[in-house]
Amino acid sequence: MTPFTTLTGIAAPMPLVNIDTDMIIPKQFLKTIARTGLGKNLFDEMRYTQDGAEIPEFVLNQPAWRRAEIIVAGDNFGCGSSREHAPWALLDFGIRCVISTSFADIFYNNCFKNGILPVVLPPEAVAHLMDDAKKGENARISVDLANQTVTAADGVVFAFEVDAFKKHCLLHGLDDIGLTLEKAASIDAYEARAATTRPWA
Amino acid sequence: MTAPRTLYDKIWDDHVVHQADDGTCLLYIDRHLVHEVTSPQAFEGLRMTGRRVRAPDKTIAVPDHNVPTTLDRANAATMTEDSRIQVAALDKNARDFGINYYPVSDIRQGIVHIVGPEQGWTLPGMTVVCGDSHTATHGAFGALAHGIGTSEVEHVLATQTLIQRKGRNMKVEITGSLRPGVTAKDITLSVIGETGTAGGTGHVIEYCGQAIRELSMEGRMTVCNMAIEGGARAGLIAPDEKTYAYCIGRPHAPKGATWEAALAYWKTLFTDEGAHFDKVVTIRGEDIAPVVTWGTSPEDVLPITGMVPAPETFTGGKVEAAQRSLDYMGLTAGQKLTDIAIDTVFIGSCTNGRIEDLRAAAAILKGHKIKVKRAMVVPGSGLVRAQAEEEGLAQIFLDAGFEWRLAGCSMCLAMNPDQLAPGERCAATSNRNFEGRQGRGGRTHLMSPAMAAAAAITGHLTDVRELMV
Ligand code: SF4
Repeated sequence: MTPFTTLTGIAAPMPLVNIDTDMIIPKQFLKTIARTGLGKNLFDEMRYTQDGAEIPEFVLNQPAWRRAEIIVAGDNFGCGSSREHAPWALLDFGIRCVISTSFADIFYNNCFKNGILPVVLPPEAVAHLMDDAKKGENARISVDLANQTVTAADGVVFAFEVDAFKKHCLLHGLDDIGLTLEKAASIDAYEARAATTRPWA
Repeated sequence: MTAPRTLYDKIWDDHVVHQADDGTCLLYIDRHLVHEVTSPQAFEGLRMTGRRVRAPDKTIAVPDHNVPTTLDRANAATMTEDSRIQVAALDKNARDFGINYYPVSDIRQGIVHIVGPEQGWTLPGMTVVCGDSHTATHGAFGALAHGIGTSEVEHVLATQTLIQRKGRNMKVEITGSLRPGVTAKDITLSVIGETGTAGGTGHVIEYCGQAIRELSMEGRMTVCNMAIEGGARAGLIAPDEKTYAYCIGRPHAPKGATWEAALAYWKTLFTDEGAHFDKVVTIRGEDIAPVVTWGTSPEDVLPITGMVPAPETFTGGKVEAAQRSLDYMGLTAGQKLTDIAIDTVFIGSCTNGRIEDLRAAAAILKGHKIKVKRAMVVPGSGLVRAQAEEEGLAQIFLDAGFEWRLAGCSMCLAMNPDQLAPGERCAATSNRNFEGRQGRGGRTHLMSPAMAAAAAITGHLTDVRELMV
């Protein structure tokens, strides 16, 4: 996994609430057995017409946001299905950070496993950053994971909370499985115990 | 004396393998359910790193999302190339890694959340995960059931554990009894209507109260199934006599002395008097009406007697979303819900694809013909299908003009050929009404099986209670 440290980039404004994973990557693109290549279908049904032509009004089709690396979104981003194809599609497009007032749990977790930083900020902060995002290239947003800050184009700094373990793994690009396997002895011990206390399981 | 604990606390405590100083836990997983869409990259990851499945005997796979549900599905040509590749990948992964498997050709095949309980894999007090958000279904047994992403699927395959932080406790109590014509689906939709789709975020919901106790296991699965639509990590219902009666004798349920030991343990699985809940929602069972959704979020719920709402009446930044919903759904504010004409009826999914759901729909349909363009029943498993045929339900559906399909997810998410056309309006018993969920441009109204059957025979959204006199 690619580590996430700092990022300064263009943010795409998506003020809609409840952007669900069906919107982020519709199910017809879940039939892949690979993790890559989904970026072209990110937000597919909002982004293209039925015959595949770009819808010019959609934010990521506009010249100012074609190279966005951040999304500033409405409440409850990533709700719906658990599909990890959603963060894969975001990543493949080039999005490394999503900022919102709230995220759905599974999506939030999935981001960390894929080098994407989801940032939760209070409504006023998100509104401030949404204004920056609307200015595209003219108002870049900076994100610093180590210091847990987001800096708006006018220099205003917003601090955010992040779980220490998730932060550590993301900063260093660590693989969870490798870390857990280091605890194999604890798992063995648990299984031995459970074999007597809950043999039916 | 230990502090009083909730049901969630108890199951959690019994599964902690390791707790880090910051509170992050390694949680042991008793059952790992796997389907074809969210698993190929996980198995690929194992191969690339030379890892094996740690507990193949606790891992159960079944293809469901992609498989055709038409009677000719044994013919591989009915699948698109990419679906075929995904199902073939699951066949191969199940074989190579030696996990329990129900292939398409097996009568026990079906939707993963229906197969798990049916085969006795899901039992009270267990931790159950699946790369699928509706894993919450298994909470009906008093099992802690989480939906997980593909990276976590790989993590569970390799380690039989999940890295988790404990969620908060939320109680949803449904007091009293339901009125006639009101079902488990109306409970779960009404709860989401009340709390919103983010109301349960970060929480595990325990559903309790008389109305929940009075539900069958099938109904309880319907309620827990949609906990995720309320944003919760999981839904739980404490096990009771109904739970044990459902489990006993299932192929993978314990037997003899082990059953007795299990039963003794299960009887300790309840929330202690005085245990703390971070959030409490109480709804009177008598106040719940048959409901339908009008918009493109499961929280867009109204009693069937209501009218399409005006976007201006929404608060909290939802005006734009509500307007977008109405435009997408092709509805106008002030329209009576019962005036909305329906093209298609879909009865099935892990929310409402069990035998009791088919019975409820058939009871309404008996002796009637459909007035919609098409209607289909997709049983949740091959065994549900066989039972429905035995009980004569299949014939009622066929006589009414329904298609009688083979088991799978089908039009719940329309990954197989069962899809809505743009603008086509569907009365569905599934769980999501998101834009494009049932096919690009398709319009979904969620409701109970009885309400979907009522819409089928009148051709528009209908208050099922009017057909019940
Ligand atoms: S029936 Fe629908 S919700 Fe249930 S597992 Fe299948 S696709 Fe998911």
